[in-house]
Amino acid sequence: MIGPDPRDAGSLGKSVLLFSPLGLLFLSGCETAGISFLAPAGPIAALQHHWFEVILIALAIVILPVLVGVPFCLWRYRLGNKNAPYRPDWQYTLSLEYLVWGIPAVIVLMLAILIWGAERRYSPQTPINSQTSPLEVQVVALNWKWLFIYPAEHVASLDTLALPVGREVRFSLTSDKSMQSFFIPALGSQIYAMAGMVTTLHLRADQPGRYLGENTQFNGMGFQDEKFTVIALPDAAFRNWVTTAHQSPLALNDATYRTLLRDGNDHQAVSMLTKDQMPPSDPLQPQGLHFANVPPDFFRNIVNHVHQPPVSQITVPQ
Amino acid sequence: MTGLTSAASHGAHSDEQGSSSRHPGLNLHQHDPQAHDAAEELLFGFWIFLMSDLVIFSMLFATYGTMLNSLAGGPGPHQLFDLGSTAIETVVLLTSSLSFGMATLSMKYDASARKTGLWIFVTLLLGLVFLGFEIHDFSEMISKGGFPSRSGYLSSFFALVGTHGLHVTVGCIWLVVMLVQLRVFGLDSCVKTRILRLGLFWHFLDIIWVGIFSFVYLLGLAP
Amino acid sequence: MTSFLFGKLSYGAFPFYSLIATFAASIVVIGAIGVAGFITRIRGWPALWSKWLTSLDHKRIGIMYIVVSFVMLARAIVEAVLMRAQQVVGYRSSGFLPPEHFAQLFTTHGTIMIFFMAMPFLIGLYNFAMPLQIGARDVSYPLLNSISLAFTASGAALMMISLCLGKFSTGGWSGYPPYTELQFSPDVGVDYWIWALTLSSIGNTMTGINFAVTIYKKRAPGMYLFRMPLFSWTALCVSILMIFAMPPLTVATLMLALDRYADMHFFTNGQGGNMMNYINMFWLFGHPEVYILILPAFGVYSETIATFSSKTLYGYTSLVWASVSIAVLSFTVWVHHFFTMGQSGDINAVFGIATMLIAIPTGVKIYDWMLTMYRGRIRMSVPMLYASAFMILFAVGGGAGVLMANPGFDYQVHNTLFLVAHFHNMLIPGLLFGMLSGYHYWFPKAFGFRLHEKWGRAIFWLWSIGFVFAFMPLYALGMLGMPRRSQEYFEPVYLPYTIVAMIGALLITGALICMVIQLVVSVRERHATNVFVGDPWDGRTLEWSVSAPPPEYNFATLPKFDDRDAFYVDKCNGHAYHAPDTYEPITLPANSPLGPVTCMTMVATGFALTWHIWWLAVLGILVFAGGVIARSFNRHTEQTISADEVRDIETRWLKAVHETSPVPVEAEFSNLNRGRAAGALK
Repeated sequence: MIGPDPRDAGSLGKSVLLFSPLGLLFLSGCETAGISFLAPAGPIAALQHHWFEVILIALAIVILPVLVGVPFCLWRYRLGNKNAPYRPDWQYTLSLEYLVWGIPAVIVLMLAILIWGAERRYSPQTPINSQTSPLEVQVVALNWKWLFIYPAEHVASLDTLALPVGREVRFSLTSDKSMQSFFIPALGSQIYAMAGMVTTLHLRADQPGRYLGENTQFNGMGFQDEKFTVIALPDAAFRNWVTTAHQSPLALNDATYRTLLRDGNDHQAVSMLTKDQMPPSDPLQPQGLHFANVPPDFFRNIVNHVHQPPVSQITVPQ
Repeated sequence: MTGLTSAASHGAHSDEQGSSSRHPGLNLHQHDPQAHDAAEELLFGFWIFLMSDLVIFSMLFATYGTMLNSLAGGPGPHQLFDLGSTAIETVVLLTSSLSFGMATLSMKYDASARKTGLWIFVTLLLGLVFLGFEIHDFSEMISKGGFPSRSGYLSSFFALVGTHGLHVTVGCIWLVVMLVQLRVFGLDSCVKTRILRLGLFWHFLDIIWVGIFSFVYLLGLAP
Repeated sequence: MTSFLFGKLSYGAFPFYSLIATFAASIVVIGAIGVAGFITRIRGWPALWSKWLTSLDHKRIGIMYIVVSFVMLARAIVEAVLMRAQQVVGYRSSGFLPPEHFAQLFTTHGTIMIFFMAMPFLIGLYNFAMPLQIGARDVSYPLLNSISLAFTASGAALMMISLCLGKFSTGGWSGYPPYTELQFSPDVGVDYWIWALTLSSIGNTMTGINFAVTIYKKRAPGMYLFRMPLFSWTALCVSILMIFAMPPLTVATLMLALDRYADMHFFTNGQGGNMMNYINMFWLFGHPEVYILILPAFGVYSETIATFSSKTLYGYTSLVWASVSIAVLSFTVWVHHFFTMGQSGDINAVFGIATMLIAIPTGVKIYDWMLTMYRGRIRMSVPMLYASAFMILFAVGGGAGVLMANPGFDYQVHNTLFLVAHFHNMLIPGLLFGMLSGYHYWFPKAFGFRLHEKWGRAIFWLWSIGFVFAFMPLYALGMLGMPRRSQEYFEPVYLPYTIVAMIGALLITGALICMVIQLVVSVRERHATNVFVGDPWDGRTLEWSVSAPPPEYNFATLPKFDDRDAFYVDKCNGHAYHAPDTYEPITLPANSPLGPVTCMTMVATGFALTWHIWWLAVLGILVFAGGVIARSFNRHTEQTISADEVRDIETRWLKAVHETSPVPVEAEFSNLNRGRAAGALK
């Protein structure tokens, strides 16, 4: 969980033991919670965790013979071992060929069924559960911060993504800068946000809590600061949050948005917009900057580059 | 069984391939099969180069295809293209392929450097006429506001057609070089294989142009 | 006037913005001066020019490729260590590398490792060994070979110059727009990157054409395709991949250049640009590139495992078809590099399944190598050590690859350190171990003496353990959600993993230092480890049947094949080392200065384009074109070695062969090994 208290860095000695990927299985829940699909907080991340284990088991069938067989051959048929059989001209046995081609083929076939079935069903574009109407959130990737617009609620928030627990969320994403990747590991899939285009992502948080959100696509010098906080709230608390946002003195309009367009992290944006100097702070801490009165077509305008500074005057070259 | 024996002479080598490996269209006036093998190797490599070049053009065509609607409010095919001019370009370039074919034939049957050179000269002239028309077309487009930096569509148009034009320019320089070499060396086997490779290049550009003419111009102007 | 003469170049271009950058630039300058001084001191310039730079001999060109590769490897490893160190101190701290410097480091590290370490290394090995294996005197186009090297070397030189003048790109090795467009990256860094890549991709395309024609047309009589050693088979697959995969890269980088130089709109944010086109073209190159990198290593392992198991390669036909199917499939999977770009789940599923299909032939290969070892007599030489470590580590990395081929899982680990761990797991045990295996294997063939065995083992262990320490933690970090390219991070749980990774990076630095020591020690002891006879490892394929180093003409008479593993069969039957009945004069390509001229003009052109020095760019291209045209008028492009000279060289070697007593494989690491193998006991 992302909390105000930075946790203790785990002792080095313990972690040396954990330097293999398998070590992850022994990580305590506390270390993965909020930042990883290993402690899933929603159905997509839970599925991904499940698929991870299924694929690992399937792979073991192919990989273990190699992990065992190579050391075995190296030892058994070492030069010094004159008792081992030596067949220098043996180069082909039909039945072995069936095994050699067959085993990997069968494993791949099994995994292909998994991909074509479950994984395709839960791709980012597909609603998780189409029975309930999802919450619409429009995401704008900026340098180096995220703007979240709640079109139905007419509010927006900077680098803090509040979500109601148990309700599916449909994200529409774009970027008004270079390409970025929107990622909440504990909830599920990541997806690119690209200028002039809209991508779609469906997620759901099943447990209340605070989760790490981040951009994973390098986009400049503030990239490492580009984290945001996801707060999954029970329904009543979420409605409270929306009400608070409505009371924000700031409206989202061309002027405020152009301030957001300037390069800088969320903290710098807050100090520019609210004029009060805050102490330098932790990128993981929500800045609590909300916008009220978001016009209905604001997101569409961003996709169409309406707020970008005008392109330099187009002239016919001589 | 012996794994490795020595082929004492080159004869043993060529026996397997025989005289049938002579490249069609090439009369090297030599009975040394090695010279023919060498010529075939050169031409085969050039074919592979052309395939690689074709990948470049296919990328440009694909980019053009995806950018057809990226007009960004700028002019499109209907405002910019002049079918009359491009039709003339097409005729000129196709004719130049014919004249190059004549050069190759005269090289094969006539073996007269003079006549071959004449056809190559005709090809060069036609190539230059083509380039002249293309430059004229481009300047017309630019004067109508269709310059490369106007939109993604125009960027991809100029990249595709311009790359072809650049190839034709290189081809023209090569034609000049071959004219000089014909003068200096006459029709020796080295010059012959070079002319044959230049011919492949020239015909290849013709095929690309047919693609450009149909895909870019005709389809672009289709209602 | 100044801006005409120097373009954008000014005093501000000198790397005085940070101590580390200044230091790195000084190393490059001092290193260059030092090498030049050394060559002057040993009066080596004439020999360097006539024996190496202008040589069209495929063996020398191959060695020069590998020299380029080693220099670039050293730089890129140092960069990796700097990045690892930054991440160790980067927990809630900006550390010692500012973000911009860190970003330059990961960009140059990736660019160098792919284009200027891996590519030259594998092309160098192919250049050296492939013509020998198929019984050819040279490649099909020796001059083109030299020019290809010139293009690659000029790209590498541009990378080095970028250390000293100006800053490099910060857009990563894949250089995704729109970040690399002028709007976000106005500096010359991206231009350096564009021209370095463009030059190298042109060189690689030409190499591909050259190798493919060589294999189709230059095989010795009786060397049918299905008698070719696996290494040469992979050369054929790789060259076909190069021919078709390099042009998309050239097109993508040149379009990006047009965007930046001519204000066009291929990949820009506005005006109809579409950056997805770049990403598609880049990976249309990039994925086949992965197999361009890995297939040569597969080729090397097929040779070394068979040789050091004293056994025929198991499943030759399977291995050939596996290589070919990998090459073909590699063109059908590029979308898996961007499952997260918003296309439909159906498309992702198709490409995910296609990606996993590649795992089948790859798995077949690993099993076939294991079966080659089965019932063999395995000597744990350095090349064999690399091959063994490869099989184990590559199986793990391949597993990670199959995981990531699953779109459902990839949505989680894309762009995280899991991905970084995966491709390093493919490229270090896969590509690099393969190259080092080949380096130790063919070094005696190239120089006539063996590399120091004990140092070789030290290098191996440092590389292997270093790799495990450096990259296994990254799998964990990726699953904990740490993005790649993070200069700073805020999760305490990441810290211990970064420390373990740092230890790994230090071990790898140790390996690099040991490689230098090994080379020095081996050169010093070269008389004791001399293997002039040419067959120190009881080799099976044709390259071992000639002296070490091989004569310029490779084979006094062109060999004729009746079998696979021809040299091994001959040795068994006592037909090896027989003098031919007659010697004939041999015609070889004469030296040409066009290669070095190309290199110099292309460095000038690339540099000039980067800094907008237009006159120099035009001049460079004109001189290059003039050089090519002038060369086409040169009719003295061949030299002939007389029959007497050939007889002298061959007689001297055969005399040495007969004077050398065969050494059993048990003693092959000792100084008894003078290059004549007695073979393994049945």
